[in-house]
Amino acid sequence: MMTHDLSALELSRAICAGKLSVLEAVSAAIRLARQNEHNAFLSVAEESSVRRAKKVQEQINAGEIHSPLAGVPIALKDNISAAGTKTTCASKMLGGYTPVYNATVVDKLERAGMIVIGKLNMDEFAMGGSGETSAFGTVLNPWDKSRVAGGSSAGSAAAAASGEVPLALGSDTGGSIRQPCSFCGATGIKPTYGAVSRYGLIAYASSLDQIGPIAMNINDSAALLSVISGPDGKDSTCIIDKAFDFPGGEENQSPGVKIGLPRNYFGDGIDEDVKIAVLAAAKEFEAAGAVVEEFDMPLTDYMIPAYYIIACAEASSNLSRYDGLKYGYRKDGANTLVDVYRHSRSEGFGIEVKRRIMLGSFVLSSGYYDAYYKKALQTRALIKDAYSKLFERFDMILSPVAPTTAYKIGENIDDPVKMYMGDIFTVSVNLAGLPAVSLPCGFDKEGLPVGFQLIGDFFAEEKLIRAAQVYQNLTDHHTKRPGGRC
Amino acid sequence: MNVPIDDNLITYLEDLSYLTFSDDEKNRLKAELKDILGCMARLGELNVENVPERSHPFDNVNAFREDDALPSFDRGLILQNAPECDGEAFIAPSAVAG
Repeated sequence: MMTHDLSALELSRAICAGKLSVLEAVSAAIRLARQNEHNAFLSVAEESSVRRAKKVQEQINAGEIHSPLAGVPIALKDNISAAGTKTTCASKMLGGYTPVYNATVVDKLERAGMIVIGKLNMDEFAMGGSGETSAFGTVLNPWDKSRVAGGSSAGSAAAAASGEVPLALGSDTGGSIRQPCSFCGATGIKPTYGAVSRYGLIAYASSLDQIGPIAMNINDSAALLSVISGPDGKDSTCIIDKAFDFPGGEENQSPGVKIGLPRNYFGDGIDEDVKIAVLAAAKEFEAAGAVVEEFDMPLTDYMIPAYYIIACAEASSNLSRYDGLKYGYRKDGANTLVDVYRHSRSEGFGIEVKRRIMLGSFVLSSGYYDAYYKKALQTRALIKDAYSKLFERFDMILSPVAPTTAYKIGENIDDPVKMYMGDIFTVSVNLAGLPAVSLPCGFDKEGLPVGFQLIGDFFAEEKLIRAAQVYQNLTDHHTKRPGGRC
Repeated sequence: MNVPIDDNLITYLEDLSYLTFSDDEKNRLKAELKDILGCMARLGELNVENVPERSHPFDNVNAFREDDALPSFDRGLILQNAPECDGEAFIAPSAVAG
């Protein structure tokens, strides 16, 4: 049985039916992770995975685990802490750091009988949209290795899309799950802020960060979201009452929903092929019985400025903990305390991280706070209110994830503003704290995947997932694999 | 807002950020900050009078857990990640010169 061609839910069913052992599934994933064809993996936990696979098999045989994902291998973006496993955030700063505790999501994966086989490459500290800012090399797009995989959850999307691992966790601060899914042809969910515990997620921008699933299809993603969601006493911002419980089955009903289509997202600046594929997805929904209505998305010119001001301000504060003393990189030979701080941070962080820290320090500094940071927070309030009004009219909003498909490695890395503008369709979702799913909807002329997103109101994940299931039942874009496999 | 992006500003931000840049890096940063802040200046067009600041997606005040004492992490475990320690505490250079 070729395990990498099975969905995660199929894999677990095969394991529970005795057609495949947990060890066989885990060994197959480890073999692909070791080959690391796309530089998606930063580390592979072979010994602990094999040990755990045997234990999980015993638990399944004894009827002690009933999760629909029991026995399934998974890999984690390398900003999610796993006790005893190196967690680097793809940074020289944390190159030798090993957490002493599990993120809450890791405990939940283990309770569901899943096996963490390794850690995945990413933009350094999740700052980037191409996977190029990693201190450990660029992640390669599985559809074209000369192109980026997107970011910041580059390794998560590349590994899931290429079938190296059936499931991955990423994190989304301004589009970091949705955009790499779009670039790699994977399916991901950015949950409502507060649906998944952030305990053990190494912080970038705490009011925006959220962990979410990446998989080959919406059913696998939804099943994984059910596993990782739920309240957590260790994270006071995790306000969800109880974990989601999405069935792993097929949905064939018409979505029967009203979908808003932001017409101003399809003007100048968007690739023609992206436009065609996303509008075709809207037509699919119409054909399935949804009502699709165009509208003008307000405040679009202000989303990127507000997002980058807030994200960088929070980053400059969060990353002040890296001082070369408690953990992380320390520059040898620094004589004074301030020298340790400055030299350790200057050598430990990469250029994009330092750029954002400098920017965050600027917008929070005396004389500029009101004009930048305060104004960005007020703009955030306006964006949130605008979405609230939109969800009085629509059940969900359908939009492109990114203006382009995957671009060439090195093409944009020296132009930060151009890189930031690539987040134009995703950042407002994080500013407002809303859920969104990212789904493949076709290919451009170069054969590169195109994605679209469905954005919902607070805790409307079920509505989004049902609509996504309807779409994936009607189409086969999500079944296409790099190299021509289906 | 017209921001003078010069050596003084970069030095000020280096101090605030506890970072040090080479001259080449500083020149590059000045150009990049000019572009980035130019993009962010668009916010100046927006009327936000009487709009409250929103630092978080939802209002969540005083979310307390039960006041139960829980075990702490083992000190030895925590110190394993320290660049330098004496088995009981982190070791750092003196904060006072001389």
